[in-house]
Amino acid sequence: MSAFNAAKLRADFPIMKRLVRGKPLAYLDNAATTQKPRQVIQSLVDFYEKHNANVHRGVHTLSEESTGMAEATRTKLAVFVGAPKPETLIFTRNATESINLVAHAWGRKFLKAGDMVLSTEMEHHSNLVPWQLLAAERGIKLKFVPVEPDGTLDLAKVKALLAESPKLFTFTALSNAIGTVNPVAELIKLGRAAGATIHVDACQWAPHRPIDLKTWGADFVSFSAHKMLGPTGVGVLWGREELLAAMDPFLGGGDMISRVTLEKSSWNELPYKFEAGTPNFADQVAFGPALDYLTSVGLENISAHEHALAAKARAILEAEGITILGPQDSAKRSGVVSFNVPGVHPHDVGTTFDLEGVAVRVGHHCCQPLMNKLQCGGTVRASFYLYNDESDLESFARALKRTLEFFKVKPKAGVL
Amino acid sequence: MALGTEGDAELQDLYREVLLDYFRSGARKGKCDPADLRAHGINPVCGDELEITAELKDGTVAKLRYAGHGCVISQASAAMMAEALEGVDIPKAKALVAAFKKLMLENGAVSDLPPELEPLASLEGVRKFPLRVKCATLGWNTILQGFEANKP
Repeated sequence: MSAFNAAKLRADFPIMKRLVRGKPLAYLDNAATTQKPRQVIQSLVDFYEKHNANVHRGVHTLSEESTGMAEATRTKLAVFVGAPKPETLIFTRNATESINLVAHAWGRKFLKAGDMVLSTEMEHHSNLVPWQLLAAERGIKLKFVPVEPDGTLDLAKVKALLAESPKLFTFTALSNAIGTVNPVAELIKLGRAAGATIHVDACQWAPHRPIDLKTWGADFVSFSAHKMLGPTGVGVLWGREELLAAMDPFLGGGDMISRVTLEKSSWNELPYKFEAGTPNFADQVAFGPALDYLTSVGLENISAHEHALAAKARAILEAEGITILGPQDSAKRSGVVSFNVPGVHPHDVGTTFDLEGVAVRVGHHCCQPLMNKLQCGGTVRASFYLYNDESDLESFARALKRTLEFFKVKPKAGVL
Repeated sequence: MALGTEGDAELQDLYREVLLDYFRSGARKGKCDPADLRAHGINPVCGDELEITAELKDGTVAKLRYAGHGCVISQASAAMMAEALEGVDIPKAKALVAAFKKLMLENGAVSDLPPELEPLASLEGVRKFPLRVKCATLGWNTILQGFEANKP
């Protein structure tokens, strides 16, 4: 394992030189989106300057080049996540679209009134609302594994709900809001044993931890390039080949057909059946160097680094008497630290942090049901990534001190 | 690094003492029951919810209350709104809402504020934080919805 050097990696990210409100940027909003290394930015510039042409259409040189480059990312991604075949990876606009694709193309075909879909109370709205829409349209029952007070799922409760034979079990691998790492392999195993089709929302997992689709044994997995150093506008859906083959298309249009008459059309092969219209090929191309970057640094190294930073951030907060949401057990936590400063609204904390150049996310993190469950309207969330270092922790500590002083709160003294 | 006066001044410019006083006082926080006007506002950015209730008498806002959980900016702004609009007839109240929104959304001059809105000048600093402007206008947009729904 090569030595991990965050300072050296940081130099690859041009935005890290930026000042925010006169202070060096401390970017701790990585669960929302990550920054991009020069390699990714440069590949976008190169593509537009040297290769740009629509894919799968022309026989001219540029079209051949752009098609090859966009497909090379799919091949690279297949290796990155252990997909059995590149064509089982579908490019969408974002993970939300990936999940909607499953809801429409699989759900509408294979779920009927009275069928049950099982999810959890810790889902991002993107893995909740598509199922609510489908439930309203098709009379499907939605049930949710409750979140325990420590932010984890109780496997006994999972098993009890799976005993009701849901047709689909859809859950997040890792909570974006409070950083709980779910026992993904175990949940998949339990779900499969109960005969459910499994969808895993891996948006917060894929940037930090290795995915081995063959070992996981899920049916659908979704994630997004922009949370893993890649450009915006590229989501991914992996699907089990036989399911993808049995599904009808999601969107209709160019690229997804093989033969079209005025009366009807037949569908293109995988993955193009699910990629209607001109795809976001330039950003797909630029996702390639992001994957290379992650591979060269090593996901295990990234995970260990951010875990260490998150632990230090927790210590800074705990020293001030501030409670952190989510599991106490560090092994069940990711690089996300979610907290509340007693008596100070998350927005007011967020603005004060911003004045110190510290970018944190505040609010409900698109997880309103979870916030309701944990009885807080919102939280402040710091989330770490490979380019964060001690300087970011120093800014974080300064911002926290400033918040406590300005708003005159002393959580340590038990003043709530 | 110790906090410099510059840092304090920066926060004080946003969170002016007047604002913090309104936030902490809790004046006009609560609900009118029964209410002639009731409106519910949500700030989609943070999910904060605000309920505005009012008693109307002879076309005048006789009593105005705000309820809900929120940041200093949204709560103080709602408290100042409740104070400013009480005792004012509805057309005038709408004009005051428009004047405040002009200050926040169109970079209006503080000197153009009607005298009834004098304390609202303390929200001037919020304009440097565009995402927070939604906090400041939440109560005002909510009562506008209430006036719309309450049309005779």
